[in-house]
Parts: sequence; structure tokens; C-alpha cells
Amino acid sequence: MASDVGIVVFPGTNCEFDVLEAIDASGANGHLLWHGESFVPKYDSVVLAGGFAHGDYLRPGAIARFSKIMEGISKFGADGGKIVGICNGFQILTEAGLLPGALQKNRGLTFICEKVNLEVTSDKSCFTKAISPGTVVTLPINHFSGNYTNENVDELEANGQVVLRYCDNPNGSVNSIAGIRNDRGNIVGLMPHPERAISEITGGSDGLLFWKSLLET
Amino acid sequence: MDIALHQSLGLTDDEFELIHEIQGREPNDLELAMYSVMWSEHCSYKSSRIHLKRLPTKGERVLVGPGENAGVIDAGDGVAVAIRMESHNHPSAIEPAQGAATGAGGILRDIFTMGARPIAIMDPLYVGPLDNPRQRYLLEGIVRGISSYGNSVGVPTVGGELHVENCYSGNPLVNVLCVGVLPTERLVLGKASGVGNLALLLGSSTGRDGIGGVSVLASAAFDSSNNDEAKLPSVQVGDPFEEKRLIEACLELLDSGLVVGIQDLGGAGITCATSETASRAGLGMDVDVNAIIRREPNMSPVEVMTSESQERMLAIVTPENLEMAQKICDKWEVRSSVIGHVTACEKSVGRLRVFDGFGGQLLADVPASSLAEDAPLYDRDKMKPLNFDEDLKRFDPMERIESTKSHFRDELLSLVMNPSWIYRQYDHQLFLNTIKSPGTGAALLRLHAPGVKSTKKAIALTTDGNPGWCAIDPHYGTVLTTIEAATNIAIVGANPEAVVNCLNLGNPEHKEVMWQLSSIVDGLSEGCDLLGVPVVGGNVSLYNAHNGKDIDPTPVIGMIGISEDYSAKVPDPILAARPPDSSSSLDPDNKGGQYSLFLIGGPDPFTASSKTKFQLGGSRWGRQIHELHGGYLPEINRDEIPYQIELLKTLATSGNIVGWQDIGDGGMALAIAEMVIAGGNGHVGATISEMPAYALWSELPGRVVASIANTKVSQVMSLANSKGTPIYNVGQVGGDYLVFEGFGKIGVTELTQYWNVSLSSKIFA
Repeated sequence: MASDVGIVVFPGTNCEFDVLEAIDASGANGHLLWHGESFVPKYDSVVLAGGFAHGDYLRPGAIARFSKIMEGISKFGADGGKIVGICNGFQILTEAGLLPGALQKNRGLTFICEKVNLEVTSDKSCFTKAISPGTVVTLPINHFSGNYTNENVDELEANGQVVLRYCDNPNGSVNSIAGIRNDRGNIVGLMPHPERAISEITGGSDGLLFWKSLLET
Repeated sequence: MDIALHQSLGLTDDEFELIHEIQGREPNDLELAMYSVMWSEHCSYKSSRIHLKRLPTKGERVLVGPGENAGVIDAGDGVAVAIRMESHNHPSAIEPAQGAATGAGGILRDIFTMGARPIAIMDPLYVGPLDNPRQRYLLEGIVRGISSYGNSVGVPTVGGELHVENCYSGNPLVNVLCVGVLPTERLVLGKASGVGNLALLLGSSTGRDGIGGVSVLASAAFDSSNNDEAKLPSVQVGDPFEEKRLIEACLELLDSGLVVGIQDLGGAGITCATSETASRAGLGMDVDVNAIIRREPNMSPVEVMTSESQERMLAIVTPENLEMAQKICDKWEVRSSVIGHVTACEKSVGRLRVFDGFGGQLLADVPASSLAEDAPLYDRDKMKPLNFDEDLKRFDPMERIESTKSHFRDELLSLVMNPSWIYRQYDHQLFLNTIKSPGTGAALLRLHAPGVKSTKKAIALTTDGNPGWCAIDPHYGTVLTTIEAATNIAIVGANPEAVVNCLNLGNPEHKEVMWQLSSIVDGLSEGCDLLGVPVVGGNVSLYNAHNGKDIDPTPVIGMIGISEDYSAKVPDPILAARPPDSSSSLDPDNKGGQYSLFLIGGPDPFTASSKTKFQLGGSRWGRQIHELHGGYLPEINRDEIPYQIELLKTLATSGNIVGWQDIGDGGMALAIAEMVIAGGNGHVGATISEMPAYALWSELPGRVVASIANTKVSQVMSLANSKGTPIYNVGQVGGDYLVFEGFGKIGVTELTQYWNVSLSSKIFA
């Protein structure tokens, strides 16, 4: 049976329809979930899509963590539910304390939208389990605050929690980190957009590997 | 002596008299303020309307033409496309980031007002030379403004252009084009029909920003003897998060069928939205000025009625639907308040009445249509500038053509520029539609949007302007610009369908500027007739001048094309094919001279008798290298152009073209150099056969330079012959150098390095 994926929509989220299309293209069912409602844990996985939740006021993700739906999502994660945060979703997961570290403004202080090469460094996560470590993929990035920082980065590395690394660091992230997982691997955050790489016509299809990973049971 | 109130508001004495006549009494201060914003050049087009009437606006696909918030064309399959183009030049000159940001915000509202979801923005920018720190400040701010607003509001910016010319130093141009997609049956117009229906103001509170923006700022010229900084309060401030919620709320309201009409608040604020919606319905409206939620205390009715605070919409709803409509607004955290209701005509005149609380004092009472439609029409004097033809002859760059022989390499290097510093700051991918990214000519997008039925089609979008051509001959220069736009559309496999435009000009009180305007309108008409495309919308921006000097006339043409199959592969602007499994390296087997370069479209560059057809007037080579702004424009054969465009469109999806580029700015020399550069890693060079220098620098709208596999040449030739289009072999692809026989050579790596650092090094100089 096809997997059911909840996609959280905050006011200001803008990648929800693209995630929906990627999930549809991968043979699963996506469902948009409004931030102001309680989370019903009936989904196989949850995606926090990119955008500018609550206008990125204060700091990206700083207000979104207080939205009503986040309480249920935190519990879902604690119970081992699969959660993926992409771009703004990653920022929200760090603000909510579901993933360690924080995302600062890019080195260079400009927004960056371009394709980058990345190395998948771990398959012990719900979003990379179908990809062999060492695989180099091309995905678009699209952010102003993607410069990952973590005072315990050595511990993160030692635990193998880095799942994705830039081949050529575009934004100043420590150790070129582009994506991480929690200890159990059921929660993943990444700055690149796998939903934007699902067709050769629009520039590449490496993103399908990530969706395949998430949707495998 | 104190000047009269109407003068300080920008109204002339004659206009004041006319208002007096309409009212049958002395207008009060609020009424005068309302007329001053509505009758401003920006809102009323009073100097240009008389000319704009001459544009062709009819076409099979046209659902909505000029005069509404946006033009709408039928794309077939139950899907329609809304398109509009606007300028935000004057605000951007004062405060570049907010000026450019609110330009994007304003045009988005024009699009979703029609019921369409905005899916793409394009931004043609014109600034002064970047060795000047103020110009760098302006460009950096403009790009930051578009980036911060467009990215956050969730609409991709998919292209644009950058022109750097002296004449924009005191008055940059920031034009913006926006496209939206809608199910054809969701099309709505900004009409306040149904007496008793309610006017619901949505979105931001009303503040003191942008007061008189249309009259003080956009309808007067800059002058360094005035303090332009003092106009800062006339610039609006944007909030993309408010706009994003407003888009979603309005689209949900429209999808639920809860509104009978909707209109954005742009220039002239509430006065404009209430009078225009009532006027279109042939009815009146009563407005309670106290019901308008204010951002700050003690705002006067004049301030409230003329404020240009951003991110506001006026929806007309029936009383029964009010509660449901407000519920949707609440969900999206969008403020909503009933500020008025639609009223019947009195003596067949719909009146706009403003009250201090319903039942309270009547503050203003004017015929709604007199604000919206009765602004005076001016047929201002026009005159071709004195000594114009003599100057063209005196400053003809063709006189210098022999000098290029010894400087060709340096000249070419000085013209290459990598614009990615600009577009990498824009989200250009959202909605997964972007097939052709910025930096490669026209944008090509899937015709696809959330909430709209999927189609197999694609839309192509381009914006083109060439002030060099139009300064020499505004009429013919505009014809050429229109053909250039159509060329860009055709080479990505789409059929040109409709035009929008932004006519950026100087002070209309100068007869020479009115001559330019009138000539441009005739040129645009001619170009559109030639190509069989209608004009569905436009914008005229006047008073682009500084210290009494007008900008070069700058009509910017926005064109949309439709292609039937978005999955059809179309050529990139490259010289050699990429292997199918790699996006970054070229097929090494193809370095061995298997491809040849062809000029598609006449005349023959190798024949000396063609010289007059390869003129250099207005060319980038003439203007930038020699600072010569005269000369003559390249000739085209008008009869051949439609067939040529048709041929290019057919070739684009034929699989016979490896890569191609249109011959615009910088001529064939720059087109070929850019094709070398676009090859990316492992790029390949070319050898161009010796030809007269003017043929390399002349700009040739309607023509392309194409790389064709030797095995496919005969097929392309026979297709071209069938359309009567000539085709000439101009060189061979291969090697590590770009060689122009008789002129010199440049290493491919060096060329690319030069291109890469050129713009960013200027910005960060």
C-alpha cells in the first residue's frame, strides 16, 4: 500500500506543492497539514517543507516551533516517526530542538539559489537509507540562512550523524555539513531541496533517491 | 508667495478648473487630494493614452486586453495566463531595496487580482556605469529588494536583463514582469457590482507610507537642486509575508466563489480601488474612512484615502457571504474590515462618497467615474529633436570599424559579463516549472501551477529593451526590439502569443520626449502587426530624467509564447552536444570538427554589398567601446521576418540544432563567445571564417548563430529553403581557442575566466 506523508504548511511556507509533486512522482500520497491544527499521528512520515514560515520573523523557524502542530510532531518523532525538514523545515527542526545545531546567515551574506554537488555520507537515516555512502548527487540549494553551526560538531561527526556534505562549501557551514540526522536516524534535516530534482527536464533527478528512501517501508 | 494647494498636489490650474466644473462647486481639500492622485500621470496616462489607442490589442487568444489589472490570454485546455509589466523606477532611485521590492509586490497583486496564481517574475534592470559607487549601491539594493521580496513571497524570479548605460545614472529603471496561471473559469474582474454589496478591505493596515507616491514621485523628474532624499516618505515599504498570506487568502476566496469582484490597492490607494471598481460597474460606493484600520494615530482622511501602504486588497462580497469570507481571512491571519458598500446611481451617476463614520459627516462626494476616467487627455506637442539626422551622421560608429582590426580581442573581452551574481540571489526554481534557467535568453516554464489543471504545455517569457537602437530611431528601434523578443521566444520552441510593455521615457513636457513616445507606439504597433501578436497590457513611465536630461527612450518589450509540449528538447546556447549522462562536460568525441556554425537569416555577411544591412548604429560595440551614439540601424527584410520566426520555432524542436544563440547585444562576435562560455567545463572553441568586421559587431534581430552537426546540415538547409530563409556557414566548431580569422584569437579558458569575474568584480570593486 502506498505510503501516506503529511506535509506541514505554516503561513509563509512555499515548497509544499513541490514536495507534494515529488511524493506523487514517487508513488506515495501527500497530505497538506495546517500548522494551527493538532497533529494526528496517522502518517507514515512527515515533511516540513521549505519557505519562510511566519515570514522568518525574529529568526527562521523561531516562531514556527510554537505552532500548535509542533507539539504532536515532536511526540511523533520521539516515538520513532520519520520526520524530514527541508531548508526552512531544517531550520524549524533545529529551533524546536529536534535536531542539534543552528543555521546562520550564509557566509557572503547573500541569498544563494544554485545547483550544488553533495556527498551522501550516511545511509543510517530515513531520508538516505537507499543511497550508498560516498554517492555524489546534484541538488539545488535555495537559502539565505544555510550556514550550519554546532558547538559539538565533533560529537556529531563521531556519531555519524552527518548525512550530507557539500563538495564545495557554498555558505560557510562547519565541516561543509548540508544535512544531519538525529541519533536514531528517524529525524533528518537538510538545506538542499530533493523535491526540486525529480525530472531531467527541469535540471536533474537525483532527488528521487531521497524520496525513495523515505517511502520505503 | 505661497503656492495654491492644487499646485502643491501636482495639479495644474486648468485641471483645477476642470474639477471645479465637474463638481459644480469648489472642491474641498480631500476631494482635491483624491483628484490629484487619480489624475496623476502615473494613474491616468493623461499624456500617453491618446497614443496608446493606436496599439493592436485584438487576438484569438486574448481574454482580457489593456485597461484591466492584467492582460489574460487563453492557453487552451481550460487554462489561462495573466501577464503584466510595470515600472518602479522612481521609488528605486530614492530607496533601491524597498523601491524594487514593492515593485515586485505591486505587480503580484495585479496578477492574483485576476484570479491567477503568480508563477514567475522577470526583472529588466537599467543602471549607470558600475565604476561609480552610487550605481553599485543602487544595483546591489535593487537586486536585494527583488530577492528578499520575491523569494519570501514564494514566486520565482526566472529571468531579466541588466543594461549599463550612462543615461541611467541619475534615474535607474526597474521594470518587472509577472505571469500567473488560472483555470479559465476563475477569471475575475475588478468590478463592484450589486448594489448593497460590501467593500471588504483585506491585508495590511493603512499607514503614512507612500502618500502621494504617484503624484509627487512618479510624475515629476529628479533634479539634484531639489533634495530627492526628501521624497523618501513617498516610497512604500513592503512586507512579503503579509503579501504571501494575502495571495493564499485571496485565491481561497476566489476558489470558494465568495467574492464578486476584487481589486488590488496600488498607486493612489483606497481612492483608486474604490473609484475604479465602482466606475467599472457603473455604480457608486460609500466609504467610511473610520473603518479603515490605521497603522498610526492621528491620520487625516486625506492621508488615509491616498496612502499607498502595500499588501492591501479590496474585495466586493455579498452580505450573506461576509462571515465565510472573513473566516478564510482569519485562517490566513489576514485582517479584514468592511469599509463601504456599493450604491446605486444618482441621476445616472455613480458617486464615491467618503463619510466620517456612516451616518456621520460627508467628507467627500465625487462622481466615481470622474476620478477613474475623466482625467484630461493631453495631446502634448511633439517634435523630432533639432540636428537629429546630422548628429546620427556625425557620430556613426561605422566610421571607426577599421580600428577593430587591432583591438578586437580586448573589445570582445570588455563586453562579456556573467550575470549570475544577480540571478543566483533569486529563487528561480519554485513550482518545479523552470526548464530554461536565467542567463540563457528566454525563460521556458512548464505551464503548471498549484490548483490549476496540469497541461503538457510550456510558456516562454522574455523581456527585451535596446535603448541604443531606440535613441537612433524610436520607431524602427522598437520594431527591431519586438522582433528580438519574438526571436528569443521562437528559439526555445514557442510561438509568440502576446506582448506587454513598459515604455520608459523622459519628461513629457519636452516635445522631443513626446515625439519618442509617439514613434515608439507606432513602432510597437508595426512590430506586433508584423508578428501577428496583440498587446495585452502596458505601462508608461514618464519623467525619467535627471538634471533636465532625459533618459534614452527605453521601451521594454515583454513577450509570452506558448509551446505545445514542455518535454520537447530545445537547444541550449552552446557549441557542442553534452553527453546524455552528464550536465557538466562536453562530449570529447565532438571536439574533432563534426559541427559547423551557421548564420540563419540574411543577408550574406561575406558580400561587401551587404554593408548597409549590417549597420552599427546603437550597437553595444559602438556605444560601449567608442561612446558613439549615432549611426544607422541594421536593415531587415520585413517580409521575411514572420517566416524566419516560424523557421526558428520549427528548428528548435527538430533535433537538428546542437545549440544556438540569437544575435542581439554585441552582435555575432558576442553571441559566439557566449556559446563558448555556456559550454561550461571542458568547453570547446571555434574558428570563425574571415568576414568584414561590421558583420561581427552588427546586431541582427530575427537571426541566430547555430551549431549544427555536419550530418544534419542538409536537412536544416532544406527546411530553411522551404521558408525562403538564407543560411551561411560562418565557421567550424572545435579546438581550445575561439579564433576570429583576420582578427585574433582568445583561449577558451581565458575567455571563461574573464566572463566569470567581470560583474562581481565591478560590484565588489
